[in-house]
Amino acid sequence: MTADLGYGMTIVALGLALYGGVSAGVGARTGRLALIESAQHAALGVFVLVTSCFALLTYAFLTFDFSVRYVATNTNLGTPFYYRITGVWGALEGSIILWSWMLALYTVILIVRHRVGARELYPWALATMLGILAFFLLVMTVAAPPFQRQVPVPADGRGLNPLLEDTGMITHPVALYLGFTGLTVPFAFAMAALITGRVGDTWLVLTRRWTIVAWYFLSLGLLIGGWWSYHVLGWGGYWAWDPVENAAFMPWLTATAFLHSVMIQERRRMLRLWNISLVILTFGLTLFGTFLTRSGVIASVHAFTQGSIGILFLSFLALVLLTALGLVAWRWEALRSEGELDSVLSRESAFLLNNVLLVAAAFTVFFGTVFPLLSEAARGVKVSVGAPFFNQINVPLFLSLVFLMGVGPLIAWRRASLDNLKRNFLWPVALGILAAALAFALGVRSLLAALTFATTVFVAVTIAVDFTRATRARLRVGESLLPAMGGLLVRHNRRYGGFVVHLGILIVALGVMGSHAWSVQTETTLHRGETAELAGYRFRFDGLTAVEESNHFKVVGTFTVSNGRVLGVLQPAKKFYPQEQAPIAYVDYRLGLREDIYLVLGDFARDGSQATIKLQVNRLVSWIWIGGVVLTLGALLAILPERHKSA
Amino acid sequence: MTRQRKFIAGGVVIALALAYMIYAGVTQSAVYFVTPAELRAAPVPGKAYRLGGMVVPGSLKWEARSLDLSFSLSDGTATVPGYFKANLIMAKHSEEYKAPHDKSEAGYRELLKTLRGEGR
Repeated sequence: MTADLGYGMTIVALGLALYGGVSAGVGARTGRLALIESAQHAALGVFVLVTSCFALLTYAFLTFDFSVRYVATNTNLGTPFYYRITGVWGALEGSIILWSWMLALYTVILIVRHRVGARELYPWALATMLGILAFFLLVMTVAAPPFQRQVPVPADGRGLNPLLEDTGMITHPVALYLGFTGLTVPFAFAMAALITGRVGDTWLVLTRRWTIVAWYFLSLGLLIGGWWSYHVLGWGGYWAWDPVENAAFMPWLTATAFLHSVMIQERRRMLRLWNISLVILTFGLTLFGTFLTRSGVIASVHAFTQGSIGILFLSFLALVLLTALGLVAWRWEALRSEGELDSVLSRESAFLLNNVLLVAAAFTVFFGTVFPLLSEAARGVKVSVGAPFFNQINVPLFLSLVFLMGVGPLIAWRRASLDNLKRNFLWPVALGILAAALAFALGVRSLLAALTFATTVFVAVTIAVDFTRATRARLRVGESLLPAMGGLLVRHNRRYGGFVVHLGILIVALGVMGSHAWSVQTETTLHRGETAELAGYRFRFDGLTAVEESNHFKVVGTFTVSNGRVLGVLQPAKKFYPQEQAPIAYVDYRLGLREDIYLVLGDFARDGSQATIKLQVNRLVSWIWIGGVVLTLGALLAILPERHKSA
Repeated sequence: MTRQRKFIAGGVVIALALAYMIYAGVTQSAVYFVTPAELRAAPVPGKAYRLGGMVVPGSLKWEARSLDLSFSLSDGTATVPGYFKANLIMAKHSEEYKAPHDKSEAGYRELLKTLRGEGR
């Protein structure tokens, strides 16, 4: 019953989306408003239907309706209430529903926001959105149907993958998907611009905030993913250059490039072709990422589904890219720049270099990720490149990007004079060098660490210089200090939101550098009462206890941590789920600003007399999360509606 | 014109530097995927391999005190010849994080197929 209803609604939604897409396109071409209005109704209908599908599936999860196969494989009677809701998108089929739902939601918001303001571009953007939505609904009907019937109906389900029983399960996929689907909107407007030939700045201005919103969610999704990996998966890291991570990181890199290059087009009428290409590339990468993670073409530690879904995504990706590139070729003349670069030392070229480096980083990640496929196709051997490859190339790229972060916002447009350079960069450079010297004096001998310190301090000082200067200007016109600073943030929220994001990135960079350079770990087997030592900490193994939980059984190790005085007790565990063959590690940790103590329980003797334990002291990792919070706050500030500037 | 040339020259320099870094990165950190049969057929010393196969049932040995884990790896036709020391072990699993269903022969063959990269 539930299964049939859900399947029926999916089919109708698919039909409506197709109709709406065609109708909007024809309406735009012929100028018949009735058709466009009809398409809007269709879009609303799709939204209602997909919402109902989503609600229906959630209801099936909450009521343990095991007649739906997807429910039966992803939940069981012991699954806690909270994880029955998140279980809805715990596997492929449900995540495609979530994706479609968000896409439908964005389509409705697009209708509400742009119906009146953007007469020419809007119908084509709507048609594009509905076309893409139709593809996801097709996937939902053909390749990954969430409403497949399970016959006979089992008495109990299999249960959610235990690693997904975490609060991250609600935030991480939702944020990531809001980011991915959000990037569809700028793409839709870019297509509209190409089709109508209005490739000027209108589409950019219309989509500017959309892009920041999508970027905000994508960043949030990546950060939460890192945190999840760190505190749940128990390998002690937050990023492994796994294909799945790379799949989300590539569009983030190109979207970041786009956010910056937009400013040059707005200001100098340059880079039209580049901006259109970046948007196409970014959207293509979101599809490619889904293809990569869902087709199983690349070996990964993450779970993959094999099946027709890969070929569907690849075909759609090919269709999208060919159409987009065809349109670009068609509008080639109109896409030529009006402005021209004046000097190598200018804000334009700083931004251009930032874009080139971001795209280079995206290319590196792409190349490294698909390398096994390339080498197999070209030479018939399967070869992969691991984390060292990605680090080796991306570390210099990212360091240069951080450096540009300081240069770009302050250097003059068009042509920077020596005076301008001196005025803006004398102090930052001096303090940056001082920071490196100070680090050296304090015993830091790693070149990379010293460089990171120098560049981050340099950038932080440029931000401080800019902010003080602007505040002083306001003080001169008679404002008092705090209102002056607050006013700056609110009135120029895009600029200062950007600065806050930059500060966040600096903090993340320090955290990443610190954790790579200074973290230590060891693995050892201890008898009860025995002590291991690492980085000045002593870990005493006090014994094992067994605990029965609602849907699993767990063996908990107790370790007393001290460094001269007792700091506390950590209890890493192993969880045994009846539906799983292998136990799942449950990490215990003590977070700190300087370092985290991180324990993973390994093998143990059944009588509790002995346990193998992995001890880690991870340095500065907390700053990654702190920087992440700062970064997202900055992005929020930039999203706020822009006020009319009074001063 | 000269200004444009400067930018083109800059672009070329960046592209070349990136190409070199990628080339160097690949040659330094390439890891070859092989199955035990392939390794047996053509072992090359001094090369990094990622060996894929199934753990032979009953061959798993774990020394808790010395942290030594050893097992035999098979691809259905051959087991690993001699001694293969690994610095990274990855467990391959299906969407449901499961080993072959009930140790059935069909599930075993299915997993072997994915190891060899067939049946995409």
